Order: sequence, then structure tokens, then C-alpha cells
Amino acid sequence: MNVLPYGDRGLLLELADTAAVVAAAGALLADSRVAALVADVVPGARTVLLVARPGVSLDRLRAVVPGQEHLNSADSRALDQGPPQAEVVIPVVYDGPDLAEVADRTGLTEAEVVDAHTGRSWQVAFGGFAPGFAYLVGGDPRLQVPRREQPRTTVPAGAVGLAGEFSGVYPRASPGGWQLIGHTDVALWDLERDPPALLAAGTTVRFVEA
Amino acid sequence: MSVIVTAVDGGPCLVQDAGRPGYAAIGVGVSGAADRAAYALGNRLVGNAPGAAVVEVVLGGLEVEAGEHITVCVTGAPTPLEVDGRPEPPGAVLTLRPGQRLRLGTPASGLRSYLAVRGGLDVPGVLGSRSHDTLARLGPTALAPGARLPVGRDAATEVLVDAVPPASYDGRAVVRVVRGPRDGWVRDVDRLVGQVWRVGAASDRVGLRLDGDPLTATPHRGELPSEGALRGAVQVPPDGRPVVFGPDHPVTGGYPVVAVVVDADTDRLAQLRPGDELGFRWA
Repeated sequence: MNVLPYGDRGLLLELADTAAVVAAAGALLADSRVAALVADVVPGARTVLLVARPGVSLDRLRAVVPGQEHLNSADSRALDQGPPQAEVVIPVVYDGPDLAEVADRTGLTEAEVVDAHTGRSWQVAFGGFAPGFAYLVGGDPRLQVPRREQPRTTVPAGAVGLAGEFSGVYPRASPGGWQLIGHTDVALWDLERDPPALLAAGTTVRFVEA
Repeated sequence: MSVIVTAVDGGPCLVQDAGRPGYAAIGVGVSGAADRAAYALGNRLVGNAPGAAVVEVVLGGLEVEAGEHITVCVTGAPTPLEVDGRPEPPGAVLTLRPGQRLRLGTPASGLRSYLAVRGGLDVPGVLGSRSHDTLARLGPTALAPGARLPVGRDAATEVLVDAVPPASYDGRAVVRVVRGPRDGWVRDVDRLVGQVWRVGAASDRVGLRLDGDPLTATPHRGELPSEGALRGAVQVPPDGRPVVFGPDHPVTGGYPVVAVVVDADTDRLAQLRPGDELGFRWA
């Protein structure tokens, strides 16, 4: 595992893949020595950024970052011993404007795209596009499609999309470049709820036909 | 107690505090006062606890009326101050009587001023902060004439100082940078420090967009998978024009971060106007 300095307040941990990121972020958040020194833990697609609290030097932070072997073994222990992760079920109406194009690009029929999207569970890897937006990984590899060449200026809240290795649900109306295959009425972000985000890092998500 | 907004004639006026760290995993950034030092000074001058909410004012133009007796001061970009039309020294801690109006003129230099009110602004917060995050669209709405801002009880100490010398942001800003985690993604990262950049018109709390001789991407690098970002990160999009992230930066981003501004120097970035010059030097 590479550890790169990110200015004078951050350390960027480079990991092998998104699954390793999910594991490492979980282990780091559970480590009280790390938690005492960090203001934020920011998972990415292949990295975890640790942001030091004000006044905490990078040397002090680096000293408490466990090695990758430890992060991996800590996670597998947690998986062996802990309760199964909660699963969030999201009912989707598969009527997205890009469903036909996704079928075309993947060589599947539209029905097969739906089967592929609902056939495996996904896992939240990281957030960042908007409050409550979750980059989901671990789905059917046949569904990998590029972003749209021209992003839409408005994508409605609840739109379900695909881009690269990821699937995701737009928490609110915004511009967006993902291929839209359907929509859901489930609220991904609700400030009246605690926590307001439906999906947290590590959550398992299963899409079903509404 | 409350303060009533009677005019907003400059740039956006936003309620800000120390921000909301710790929510990156659900896509929420830190936000908070852009010039943290000026923000903290304002709270200290009026005897507030650290973290009390203030108004961040862009290029002056704010006028407020005191609902009751209130104690205020303005830090950051040095705006001329008037109380009921009478000039007051910038940097002074002022007491306003009920009905008196404080007006912030256009600052001679700098961009953002902080109006701190003794007791702090007690508007409803989101996720533990009263900061308005312009990118995430979280927190109190931008101030408009007629808004009534309740004053809270965040006063911690007596007011001990009645004035400080006003800040000045004349002269070219030069901020310290260290190499970023993706400095190899441009061919010529030294050209970041080897030239004077100009702050672009599209700059805001999300980031400063810099105009100058563009940096050149290293060929055949492909696309960088999204990774976490920080205030002060210097990100280089495909057009080679750097973007320096501000307080409302995206939580994760997909362009390479080739350098990072030393944290203490990011406050100076908050005072740069479109058209201002900016230099970098390696720390």
C-alpha cells in the first residue's frame, strides 16, 4: 500500500481496487487511534484520503496508519465475526432514456440489462458527487458503459444510472452524464432523517423491479 | 435578539462558521468560512466562542439594522463602515443601538469580509453547522433584504479589545505549495511556480480558476479514478488551467492534483478577486 502526502494535512492511501478501499475505510473508521487524529476519512475509487485534525502533523498520522495486511485481515475478521451487513432494497422502474443505448452498447437486450442490474447486489464504495450520492460497485461486469458524450443539463432526482464500473442513483435534480436506465421513488437524501443519506460506505444495495 | 438585513448590494452574503468536517463518506464537504483566520479574529473580537456563525460578505454592500443593542465587528477585506451614515473606523468593535444601521462599503482590497455579532447568528444548522455550502446546496439560504437573523448565546468572554488594525491585501499574493499526489500527471509541474497566474472570472467558493500558460498533461495517462479532495488542492483538468479548491470543493474529483497549497496559506486565496495575480512557490 502506497501512502502519499496530500499537502500538509492529508495522507492519500493507494489501494489495489475498490473492494480494498471499502475494507480499508471501514477498518480505519473503526480504529480509535486513527479516529482521534483525523477530521475526515474520504474514500475514493482506489484511494482513501485521511485528513488530519488541525494541529496534528502528518508524521503523527502516518505512525498510526496500519499496514495493508493488517487492514485486510482486520476486515476479514470483522466479516467473519460481525453480523451480516444490512441490505437496502431499491425498487426501480426501468424506463430510463438510455436503456436502449445501454442494451446496444453491451450487446444485451433491454430485459437482459434489467436482469443484470437486479441480478447481483451492489456495494457502496464512496460518495462525493452530491450529498447522498453513492458510487456503487460489484455489479454485473457486462454493464460497464462509458458516460454520455454530452452530459444532460438536468437529470431528475431518483434517476438510476450507469457509468464505467459504477451504478448510482441521483439524490436530487442536477446536471449529469451517466447513462440513465430507470428511476426510483426512494429518497436517497432526506435532511429530516438521521442519517440523511440512505446509503453509507459499505452498505449493500439490491435493485428490484418496481 | 436579532439583526435585520436591509440591503445586499455587493456579492453574495452567506452565513458561515467553522464548517462540517466528518461527512465526506456521504458526499458532504467541510465548507465553512473561506478566510478562516479573518473569521476567527472576528469571533474573538466580539468575545464569541470559536465556531460561532457570522456573515461572509463579498465586496461589501451589506446593510443591517440592529433589533436590540448588539456588538459587532467586521474583519477580513477592509470595508469602509458607516453607522447611520456616519463613518466608523474599519477594524473597530462597534455597539449598535436598536434601529441603528451598519453599512459595509466596497473594500479597497481583498474580497471577503466577516460580520461577527456578539452571541453568534442563531439560524438553523444542518449536520452540526450553520455554513452555507454553495456546491452541496446545504445550510442557511443566502441573505436577502428583509431577512431576520436571530442572535444566539455563543458569547464566551468579555470584549477585551476595541479595535484592530484593518487587514490589507495589496500586493501580489504568493502562496506556498507542496507537490501533490499526482504531480507526475503533468509534464512540467515546475511551471506552476514559474509563472504568475491570473484569477479567472468563474472563480467562487468551489475553486479559483487560474488563467495563464496551461500545464501539459503527461501523455497516455488515461483517466484518474475519482479520489478525495482537500481545500487548497491544485487540480489540473484536461485544458491545463489549474483550479485551486476552496471551502466548497467537491468531496471527490477525477482530475489529477499536482500540488497542494499549505493549509495556512489557503486563507489568502479567499481574498483574491477575479483579475488578481497569484504566484506559487515550493514550500
